[in-house]
Amino acid sequence: MTENHNPLATDGATLADEDVTALAHESVHRGEKILEVKDLCINFWVNGEWFSAAKDMTYDLRAGEVLAIVGESGSGKTQSSMSLVGLLPANGRTTGSAKLKGTELVGLTGSKLRSIRGKEIAVIFQEPMTALNPLYTVGFQIVETLRTHFVMSPHIAKERALELMRLVEIPEPEVRFDSYPHQLSGGQRQRIMIAQSLSCEPKLLIADEPTTALDVTVQAEILKLMRDLRERVDAGIILITHDMGVVADMADRIIVMKDGQVVEHGTSAQIFGDPQHPYTRQLLAAVPHLGSLTSTLEIHERTTMVESEGHPVPLTAATPGVAPALLMEDVAIEYPKIGRKPAFRAAQNINLLIEPGEVVGLVGESGSGKTTIGRAAVALLPVVEGRLTIAGRDITHAKNKDLLPFRKDVGIVFQDPGSSLNPRLPVGESIGEPLYLHQKLRGSELSKKVEDLLDSVELPRSMRNRYPHELSGGQRQRIGVARALALQPKLLIADEPTSALDVSVQARVLKLFQNLQQDYGFACLFISHDLAVVEMLSKRVAVMRHGRLVEVGPTAEIVNNPQHEYTQRLLAAVPVPDPAEQKKRRELRDEIIAGVVS
Amino acid sequence: MSSHDPENQPLDDLEQSRTQPGTGAAAGENAAADVAAEAHAAVSSTEADAFGRGEGVIEAKEVEGLSQGQIVLRRFTRHKGALAGMIVLGTVALLAITSMGIGPIPGWWKFQDFLGSGTVQNGGAPTLHLPRWLGGPGFAIGDHPFGQDEIGRDNFAQVMKGVQTSLFVMTVMGIVQLIIGVTIGALSGYYRGRLDMVLMRFTDMVITLPVIVIGAVLGKLVYTIPTKLNASDALVNTIHKYLPLELAIALGCILWPGMARLVRSEFMSLREREFVDSARVAGASDWRIITKHMLPNAMGVIIVNVTLLMSAAVVLETALSYLGFGIAQPNISLGNLISANQGAFATRPWLFWWPGLFIILIALCVNFIGDGLRDAFDPRQKRIPSQRQMDKAQLKDDRGLVIETVKEEAK
Repeated sequence: MTENHNPLATDGATLADEDVTALAHESVHRGEKILEVKDLCINFWVNGEWFSAAKDMTYDLRAGEVLAIVGESGSGKTQSSMSLVGLLPANGRTTGSAKLKGTELVGLTGSKLRSIRGKEIAVIFQEPMTALNPLYTVGFQIVETLRTHFVMSPHIAKERALELMRLVEIPEPEVRFDSYPHQLSGGQRQRIMIAQSLSCEPKLLIADEPTTALDVTVQAEILKLMRDLRERVDAGIILITHDMGVVADMADRIIVMKDGQVVEHGTSAQIFGDPQHPYTRQLLAAVPHLGSLTSTLEIHERTTMVESEGHPVPLTAATPGVAPALLMEDVAIEYPKIGRKPAFRAAQNINLLIEPGEVVGLVGESGSGKTTIGRAAVALLPVVEGRLTIAGRDITHAKNKDLLPFRKDVGIVFQDPGSSLNPRLPVGESIGEPLYLHQKLRGSELSKKVEDLLDSVELPRSMRNRYPHELSGGQRQRIGVARALALQPKLLIADEPTSALDVSVQARVLKLFQNLQQDYGFACLFISHDLAVVEMLSKRVAVMRHGRLVEVGPTAEIVNNPQHEYTQRLLAAVPVPDPAEQKKRRELRDEIIAGVVS
Repeated sequence: MSSHDPENQPLDDLEQSRTQPGTGAAAGENAAADVAAEAHAAVSSTEADAFGRGEGVIEAKEVEGLSQGQIVLRRFTRHKGALAGMIVLGTVALLAITSMGIGPIPGWWKFQDFLGSGTVQNGGAPTLHLPRWLGGPGFAIGDHPFGQDEIGRDNFAQVMKGVQTSLFVMTVMGIVQLIIGVTIGALSGYYRGRLDMVLMRFTDMVITLPVIVIGAVLGKLVYTIPTKLNASDALVNTIHKYLPLELAIALGCILWPGMARLVRSEFMSLREREFVDSARVAGASDWRIITKHMLPNAMGVIIVNVTLLMSAAVVLETALSYLGFGIAQPNISLGNLISANQGAFATRPWLFWWPGLFIILIALCVNFIGDGLRDAFDPRQKRIPSQRQMDKAQLKDDRGLVIETVKEEAK
């Protein structure tokens, strides 16, 4: 029974009304061993050879326990769990044994597998927008799962679905029942996914990066929900994630995977307190800790500026006599209208100043308009109000032709290194393009410059003839940095340059970025949703919400003593990779969330 | 930055112990192993590689060390139908060109004058005979392998000349519609807005034109207009001589809208890709962005569409000629041959079957090639191995394992 496990109730009878008994099937008890995995191997057929994606995994899972499988991309953490429900692609193969309460899962096919899927083992996918069918209402999708596995009248199924939606704290479930996925927010969609997966009271719940696609504040709410649920549901949970903060928040036991191998297996306290394997230690060291860099600094003078009713954040005072690298004065930015789609105002009343050589972090949630500001600063988007000055050059209403000299002074590093390099050009040519266009370099001169740039981002020179798809994510992003720096710009826009990378790769790219910033001395607007990363790099931080800046100030002040209510919420929501500290933070976070439920 | 120094320590460690991911991790292994050895000697040093292999390992393994073109080529050669189509089409083209010659260069076939009549031998029946093991009277080519018509013209010469014309029309039409379609599609997809609207409404207009009717009308006009305008005989003759070329260009001018629409939608999605933005930030002009960055990325769609349209063109040209509006004397095409000989179907079926066979052959081959190209350019397509291939790989693995165990035992 999903909702009748209550420590205060001696048995499950309190809530056992008729429609719930209709669902009754062999239930599990807390502490009972539900999953036994032994020597599980996953292989993929690639060009006539078997490639090992996961090797010799052995673990047990008890009811009511959260097992976290941690690893970077390509470590086989997802594939090994998906093999339990038979969701491997056609060229995949599973060997070994995985027993769910005595039922062998490996090699199960057809109707037997279908009766297990959804009912005994449920999966929460990473991206609720793509995992829910956009053509059906969310209520229908929960009811569908229920009626597939139980003989149940539509009326009772609906009652049950509403009950589940209440369980996952969807506001006004009767109204939301008839909503389509696109009408709900990201957090609500993920709640629906969770409700759907819990609908048949599974014995095993696989959560595949359940919060990765969500903003930190929403992530905090979902994590809180999942923590509450594990008290009330008797299922064993396998949590697949790369985020050590989430692991610290949820997990009882942890498996660390690397290249398909289990490198370490232990309780949460063991892994975080006393990691044995060097990989685990590197992984933990690579995670940026929020507050770890600035908490010791003394704050003498308060200089943070906060938005108040109707008054946008004023401009920071500039150093006299120096032309700022970026100056936005009461700027509004619009996405121009295309066809019948009207123009969309993504940012307004922006006052922002970046001194030469200064790194300013810009944080905010998705849709807050931070990327918009970055793109406007390199003249990819038009400024419709106010004045935008870059390195002393007013580009507010500049025409495309007049922008050519301006392009020399700015560079941009995009978020997705896979998309920002032309797949048809060797990377050397991509790096050399700005040099080719502006300095008219040709032939050996150009080659030499490109090689120098590759050296400066610590990539081998031979890489210039490779194509983007041959490089790893971190290498591609370094190529992106090299190209942005080719003309030695005065201002660099870094638009979430590390959010698509693994933590250890992110650590390397950030370190490189710091070194380059010191060598080249460019001013930088560092856009990120990760406060810990911004804290590491920037001198000042600007916080953005709904297209407006809400708080601008020195990093230490923002991180340790946030003034604006939104900044406080943002900071409280960041999970830290330390179970003990995270417990403390959680209490604070729950308090703040209780105040503002989305 | 200075205040960060003590906390940067772990990052520095990390930095030092890093090597290039993917190029082996020797240094990282050592550094990490040192740490391990200091604190916990229990950890095996061979496992102490502290960095993962990164994302997309499986996809990367499949394309290891190949350029984009090589990947496409590899996928294409995997498509047996396309490869067979390529070979057959090549053979047909080679046969047609060498046998009847091209332009002023004569071919090796003895009846170079495909319009010249001769003596009808044996009622004009084909002299090509199947070998004995296929149930024939023994393999022979003879004087007229494809037979003769009622006035003794050699059918082989006519069919080969017809194949030449068909291939020529197909190629020219493909090039014409490629140029018009790509230009219009690229401009409207890249600039959008007003230009897009004007160009697309124009495209819609061209789409509504029925191709067969237009072809028929144009075919008629080619004959009537010069006469009406009192053109000289020499001019009229030149016009008739280059009729295949004129027809191909006319068809290309009608058939481009499909291509334009595809290129436009491809450009619209490419335009949103970040590498286009980054090229713009680098200061590239519109012309450079279109030709250097976007067109190469749209090449897959373009090539596939051209081949598929070309195969349609073979059939279309045949249809027009059959209706009597396309290519006429002194030129000859396959449709033209079928049309001329349809009355003889009962008495001399070979005059009908041989050109028909070549039409099917050409259209089929080009279609197969187009199919193969589409698969080759589709990055989402995964190769699903057959059971046999999987077993084979298993066998290889087992053998490797046996060798390893034998080696270990030998130690």
